[in-house]
Amino acid sequence: MEQQIVKVKNKKGVRVIPGFGFSMGITLFMLSILVLIPLASIFISTAQLDFKEFIDIVTSRQIVSGYVVSLSCSFIAALVNVVFGLMLAWVIERYEFPGRRLMDGLIELPFALPTAVAGISLTYLYSDQGWIGSVFAKAGIKIAYTRIGITIAMIFVGIPFVVRSVQPVLEKLDRQYEEAALMLGAGRTYTFFRVILPELFPALLAGFGLAFARGIGEYGSVVFIAGNIPYKTQIAPLLIMTKLEQYKYADATACALVLLLISFLLMLLINSIQLHMQKFSKC
Amino acid sequence: MYLEMKNIYKTFDGFHASNDVNFSVEKGDLAALLGPSGSGKTTILRMIAGLDTPDSGDIIINNVRVNSLPGSKRGIGFVFQNYALFRYMTVADNIAFGLEVQKKSKAEIKNRVDELLELISMKDLGKRYPHQLSGGQRQRVAFARALAPNPLLLLLDEPFAAIDAKVRRELRTWLKDMIEQVGITSIFVTHDQEEAMEVADTIIVTNQGCVEQIGTPEEICFHPQTDFVAEFIDASRYKMMTLQ
Amino acid sequence: MAKEVKKNYEQDVVGDGINSIQKVIDPHKSESNHIVKNILIGTCALFLFIMLILPLIVVIINAFRDGWAAYQKAVFDEYTVKALQLTLLATVSAVAVNTVFGIVASYLVSKFYFRGRQILSALIDIPFSISPVIAGLIFILTFGNVGWMGDFLKSHGIKIVFAVPGIILATIFVTFPFVFRELLPVLNAQGKDEEEAAALMGANGFTIFRKITFPHIKWALLYGIVLCTARAMGEFGAVSVISGHLRGKTNTLPLHVEILYNEFNTTAAFAVSSLLVIMAVLILIARNLIEWKNK
Repeated sequence: MEQQIVKVKNKKGVRVIPGFGFSMGITLFMLSILVLIPLASIFISTAQLDFKEFIDIVTSRQIVSGYVVSLSCSFIAALVNVVFGLMLAWVIERYEFPGRRLMDGLIELPFALPTAVAGISLTYLYSDQGWIGSVFAKAGIKIAYTRIGITIAMIFVGIPFVVRSVQPVLEKLDRQYEEAALMLGAGRTYTFFRVILPELFPALLAGFGLAFARGIGEYGSVVFIAGNIPYKTQIAPLLIMTKLEQYKYADATACALVLLLISFLLMLLINSIQLHMQKFSKC
Repeated sequence: MYLEMKNIYKTFDGFHASNDVNFSVEKGDLAALLGPSGSGKTTILRMIAGLDTPDSGDIIINNVRVNSLPGSKRGIGFVFQNYALFRYMTVADNIAFGLEVQKKSKAEIKNRVDELLELISMKDLGKRYPHQLSGGQRQRVAFARALAPNPLLLLLDEPFAAIDAKVRRELRTWLKDMIEQVGITSIFVTHDQEEAMEVADTIIVTNQGCVEQIGTPEEICFHPQTDFVAEFIDASRYKMMTLQ
Repeated sequence: MAKEVKKNYEQDVVGDGINSIQKVIDPHKSESNHIVKNILIGTCALFLFIMLILPLIVVIINAFRDGWAAYQKAVFDEYTVKALQLTLLATVSAVAVNTVFGIVASYLVSKFYFRGRQILSALIDIPFSISPVIAGLIFILTFGNVGWMGDFLKSHGIKIVFAVPGIILATIFVTFPFVFRELLPVLNAQGKDEEEAAALMGANGFTIFRKITFPHIKWALLYGIVLCTARAMGEFGAVSVISGHLRGKTNTLPLHVEILYNEFNTTAAFAVSSLLVIMAVLILIARNLIEWKNK
């Protein structure tokens, strides 16, 4: 970095490439009016509540159960995605088979498909009369309108995050590591768990974090399949929505603030773990 | 003859990487596979290690034809060009890896690791991670890791390529001494004529998938048998002269 | 990236073991490897089929459940057409705004050194990690009746919340970092030597961007625009909060799907959904074409 500073500035401390002031101005202006100022409103509104009110709202039974549903379902969905995401990335990167390109291209479908469409489609599929739901209904398992359904919707939205995090790392991973382990007599499974998995761990963690965060905040694809049974399948974003429709702005704001803090903390945690892992990658 | 390569052919997508390769290496020898980039020397090394298989021909180690034997069962230690040290394991764990795989006892593993750390003079660095080591230290760890399971044959792929020119000469001497001390039959790949002359007992010059000449450094240097060898070595002599 | 894989073998082209290692390392186990490979591929294919393909099939089959006429009626319904128009308006606005922002901001962050670069790009990324519902909420808290700008807007007769401007703002917000995120790594990898060389020869900022920077980023830019379009046209949570559900006036296509679905007009809901599925598939194809072209 130090060298770059010297390169960018000449003796007077003026930058060589023109357009700094212009691009800085536009960036800050747009960022402020489109993101930062609206976002600040949530803090301004919360500040109008006194502390006790705020605590009462966010610890009310309904809101706490909303957080529990969102966090637990999203956590499980992210774990499932880590397993299948790793498997998909591995298959796409390491094997040659007909349909590989198609598989690769399909991964991003959940990004491209509007969440509401995914929501009603999944609900139809997993309801008691649906193609998959009816099979499970015979075994006495309800999927739609339960937490299982919520988790499935979150798996749907989260899968691309894990695959796309792991894929480039797997692609770049020097085969010499595998060859070295194999030369030393390690079997394929042992090599995978001892040598390859540690190399992929930071990427898996990043993918997990992104999928987890997305699941916590997800609304469109989850709201239909959740069924919104109070205390059971009401996710936190839906509670915010409900409170707004009842014109309980204070409740909605307080609930949103906590959700916001949870996702920021999550991102911070994942970033710091990744930073810690990065020091290994220097050689 | 300890290692024999007989009539080896290997083609990659129509490219003749090995075109009737024949040579042998005596027990206890330190041999160099010398040739320009693309001459097929790394392919030969990888075929000996079982990382690639020849299309035809015999690879014989210690009088056993090993063509169908997996690399891990040929008793070979391999030092990779970029060392391929496992980043998330300590130096000691790296060295222990091959022994753990063989399910050796804890005490036995510890003894062997300590012994090797001593050998490479890195006794106090066993708990370090690869990223905390210098290039030369990494090479030494890679060397120790390859030696840990007591291989019969040591293969080194461009062992000095990833090392600073400044310390390269020093490491060459170190590696040569080490190999002599351990007494293991070794083959290393290099494109650097000077390196081959200085380190090896026997030099195998390769070009375009063929072996051009086999001999001691003196023979190669003063009695080149083909135009290619003469030119290739001459260039290096010229380089050495200008360096001095 | 393919280049990087091969880097370690560059010294010796012939020694490129990439194609051979899988087959060759352990000839004895190749049969069991083959079984493992097939099991893994099978599992992945099944997972993708159930999780991703089946929902698409459900949409298409249900859209045509009551025949072509019913489908046509739902798709060419006045409200559907209006919702489509609003979706297009919001998408085009979001793409335009975020493209301008993405280009300028990524140029700033990659070509200049200044304090707070990292913080700036972290701030730009915020909308990524925010629930769409919260994205809608913040605009209500800013421009709505309860918002701190509410009184000002009311006295000047400007309506943002529960109206088209609110929908556009919310759509811009949720897609804000998309173009920026795609451009930044490309610009960082390119470095700034070329720009500096041009600047020293006296080129002005606009010329430098047009002649030097832009050719490097055109594919990444297109890619970012495609991703931005996908998210903008499908956004549901944020616009759902801010639309107030005025049928025909502030309905986007995804909101229209919700209304139809909640009215138990399932066939129509799936018919309208099929339009969005077609758009999604087109976007996926475009995405893959760009990636392929880029390589």
